Amino acid sequence: MSAIGAKQPELPSSSTRGPVAEVLVSLSLSGSFLTGLVIVAFWVFCALFGEHFTPYDPLADDIINSLMPPSAEHWFGTDQLGRDVFSRVIVGSRDILTVAPLATLLATVAGTTLGLFTGYFRGLVDDIISRVLEAFMAIPVVIVALLAIVALGTSKSTVIIVIGLSFSPIIARTVRSAVLSERELDYVAAAQLRRESALHTMFVEILPNVVPPILVETTVRLGYAIFAVATLSFMGFGIQPPSPDWGLSISSNYGMIAGGFWWTVLFDALAIASLVVGVNLVADGVQGALND
Amino acid sequence: MTEPTIKENALELHNLSVAYRVSRRNRAVLRDLSLTIRPGEAYGLVGESGCGKSTVALSVVRYLPRNGVITVGEIFLGGQNVMKLDGEALRRMRAESVSMVYQDPGKALNPSIRIGPQLTEIFELRAISRQMASDQAIAMLSRVRISDPVRVMQRYPHQLSGGMQQRVGIAMALANDPTMLILDEPTTGLDATVEAEVLDLIGRLRQELSASILFISHNLAVVSRMCDRVGVLYAGMLVEEGSTEEVFNNPRHPYTVALLRCLPRGGQRKDQIRLDTIPGFLPPPGATINGCAFADRCALADARCHNELPPLHDLGGRLSRCHYHEKAQSLPRTTPGNISTSSAAALLEPVLRIEGLNKTYASHGHALRAVNDVSLDLLPGQTLGLVGESGSGKTTFARLLLGLIPADAGGTMQLEGKPLAPKLESRTADQVKAMQIVFQNPDSALNRSHSIRHIMGRALHTLAGLSGPALRSRLVDLVHSVRLTERHLSVKPRQLSGGLKQRVAIARAFAGDPRIVVCDEPTSALDVSVQAAILNLLADLQMKESVSYIFISHDLAVVRYLSDQIAVLYLGRILELGPSERVFSGPHHPYTEALLSAVPKLDESERVRVRLDGEIPSAINPPSGCVFHTRCPRKIGAICEVEEPPLFTAEPGHTIRCHIPYLELARLQNAQEEINA
Repeated sequence: MSAIGAKQPELPSSSTRGPVAEVLVSLSLSGSFLTGLVIVAFWVFCALFGEHFTPYDPLADDIINSLMPPSAEHWFGTDQLGRDVFSRVIVGSRDILTVAPLATLLATVAGTTLGLFTGYFRGLVDDIISRVLEAFMAIPVVIVALLAIVALGTSKSTVIIVIGLSFSPIIARTVRSAVLSERELDYVAAAQLRRESALHTMFVEILPNVVPPILVETTVRLGYAIFAVATLSFMGFGIQPPSPDWGLSISSNYGMIAGGFWWTVLFDALAIASLVVGVNLVADGVQGALND
Repeated sequence: MTEPTIKENALELHNLSVAYRVSRRNRAVLRDLSLTIRPGEAYGLVGESGCGKSTVALSVVRYLPRNGVITVGEIFLGGQNVMKLDGEALRRMRAESVSMVYQDPGKALNPSIRIGPQLTEIFELRAISRQMASDQAIAMLSRVRISDPVRVMQRYPHQLSGGMQQRVGIAMALANDPTMLILDEPTTGLDATVEAEVLDLIGRLRQELSASILFISHNLAVVSRMCDRVGVLYAGMLVEEGSTEEVFNNPRHPYTVALLRCLPRGGQRKDQIRLDTIPGFLPPPGATINGCAFADRCALADARCHNELPPLHDLGGRLSRCHYHEKAQSLPRTTPGNISTSSAAALLEPVLRIEGLNKTYASHGHALRAVNDVSLDLLPGQTLGLVGESGSGKTTFARLLLGLIPADAGGTMQLEGKPLAPKLESRTADQVKAMQIVFQNPDSALNRSHSIRHIMGRALHTLAGLSGPALRSRLVDLVHSVRLTERHLSVKPRQLSGGLKQRVAIARAFAGDPRIVVCDEPTSALDVSVQAAILNLLADLQMKESVSYIFISHDLAVVRYLSDQIAVLYLGRILELGPSERVFSGPHHPYTEALLSAVPKLDESERVRVRLDGEIPSAINPPSGCVFHTRCPRKIGAICEVEEPPLFTAEPGHTIRCHIPYLELARLQNAQEEINA
């Protein structure tokens, strides 16, 4: 067959920027992504290094100066034990920023695995797992949390497991629909014709192609997870005292609002809101960049 | 409408240049394009994908995408300067004097509106009563030969077949009685039999209407059948123009010469000749071209061609943009014209033997027989071509062989004498690697997340059981055997052109030294020059590896080039099976006759054709008796409707499923030939 004297085919010289680079360029041009990133980065920075520049020890009681309104000394005032609200808000992101991402990671790993199995095998496997997941989704997170705390006791890992598992069906559903359409492509048939194992086909062949929807779903879920952690802490099922956690602080101070001590709650609430908004802006940017 | 005494030209493009703005840069797609379409003329625009054909159509109606800009040039439509029209005048021009028919009628029609309102709407634009508009719409549907227009008006687009949808598309385009009709690949998505009908229709309408036609197609044979004059576009430039007959029979530009040589013609076969190819690639949009755009790929090019843009030489009524147009036809071949073969494959044991293969699907409580009692043998080193319209069961049959879908119990398959289980999981490792496939669409067949090295390496690992240095050295051999280089290994599929991707897919199929490779329309998504290279590659690999192919294609010339045996399928049944040359030369089954006659050819002039009416029937409720009787042009009577004909052995190895005796078929078809002659 060397008789053929045709030239070797060349690579076409068109632009060949990789898909990852393209997404990064697109992200760097996205206003909502950059805004969200600044907000999230601010809170991450506070969680890591905040303790070095807080004006007061966030855990130190000062009963004489309790419930002071915002002033030059205490920018955000003090709470009922006289602790500096500003210092507590600054370091209050520490727990939520470990628990929520870990819960989301758990949800993503579990959800992706379930989604790959249901989408790949379809049929009976899909029917059974999907019905179970739907039933699971119908139970409110708070009830799951209550049951889990009774069973496992209150701890950060309980919160991570509760939120991770309750979010995994939603991610599983997203992954499943992406896998269902990938599965119809011929490269899956080609893998079957090499008799690849189901695990190889799912995780090596299909998984890399469904990463974009997983990434979008994960960032969206992270926003919800932050909110869920704050809610559980507020209800007393989540992060435990003496952490300066935002949800926990709101929970222990919200009885004061009626007395006009609004500053004990407002700044923690604004902090939660800003972090959730920041994460959602990032999610929005990621979604825009990946869907281009 | 009063006719002006001196008619304006239907369309004039003067020095048109169009660019698309990508990443803040203008990329030229049309360069200094001038052409004229005279009143009543049909002008064909041909060229490979990416040469700017559709951009011409969109420019004429000023409907370029948002990033498209006409940088220089003027467009006159019926004497009117399109570039100077304001919004309202442009709208009137689009509504009254120009119409377009698109490639995909399924997408051109609104899926949620019935045909009636969609079509009537256009007539209502003329401010006539709704009743009159509706009457005119029905009249227009009859004009495009829709036999039951009142009923079709009630249908939604998805309830119509592709051919019917395209007729409706044509009816909509003709509704405003345009002076200029633009047809952009109007039959590309259709089966050959349906394409033939639509082309017949356009041909007849041309005689009834005054409209001039701009016919855009990549299919040279279709253009040669439909058009008076033709322009050949390359990299956004007109490289040759002239009467269809002159350009196709006596081309004067090396690109046209090369393009025509890429097509398998006149019954060329793999054991006689390799197809000519065009080396290299089309310059990408926006590339700076100093000399002749084709110089890099032209064997005749010299320094002058690379440095000096050739003008459009006027050769007396025709044009060629080549410095050396007088010797264009002396363009040397890129592949040897003839090849020596050692064809002594007779009396071999078949590599694959299939008997009584069936596949039944349950569809809404009905049994759907996708493959019905198929029996055939495949010899080592030979190609079995599978032909038939879409819906005839070709792909299902191929997937049954591969075990991707299990066949019904009852039939038998034998691979090299050993029984082959219907399910892939029950086959031996050797049997699995012995049968591989090259899919139609390499974008779907190659995992877009993996590098070429990973794709081919994995196939070598699982199919050939190689690893380490042995795998690496075999990988290099494999890459070279499909004429890629090691440079291609590190890239992802999206960085390769369609033809190169298909080479990777072929390499993957050959990784485990297969006995049989199923090729499911492997070239239908490719341009003709790329198709030629892929067909050559398949033919060479077959000679070298003595592998057998099951080759599925709707392009009969391609099937003929590569096949030793042909099976003609209709509704999952074999209607004719025999040696390729016998099936093509005839006498053949009336269905084969109709398929062959539907294909427009470059070499033959217009002739009386056997045409099929309507569409392939539903496999859920196939016709009684001979399944083909509802469309058969040679039906002989009640027996066809009642009794299914057996596969009759016409000659040794050539069987035909028809009630008409073989000699009678021969007589009828010879008579037809004489009428044509």
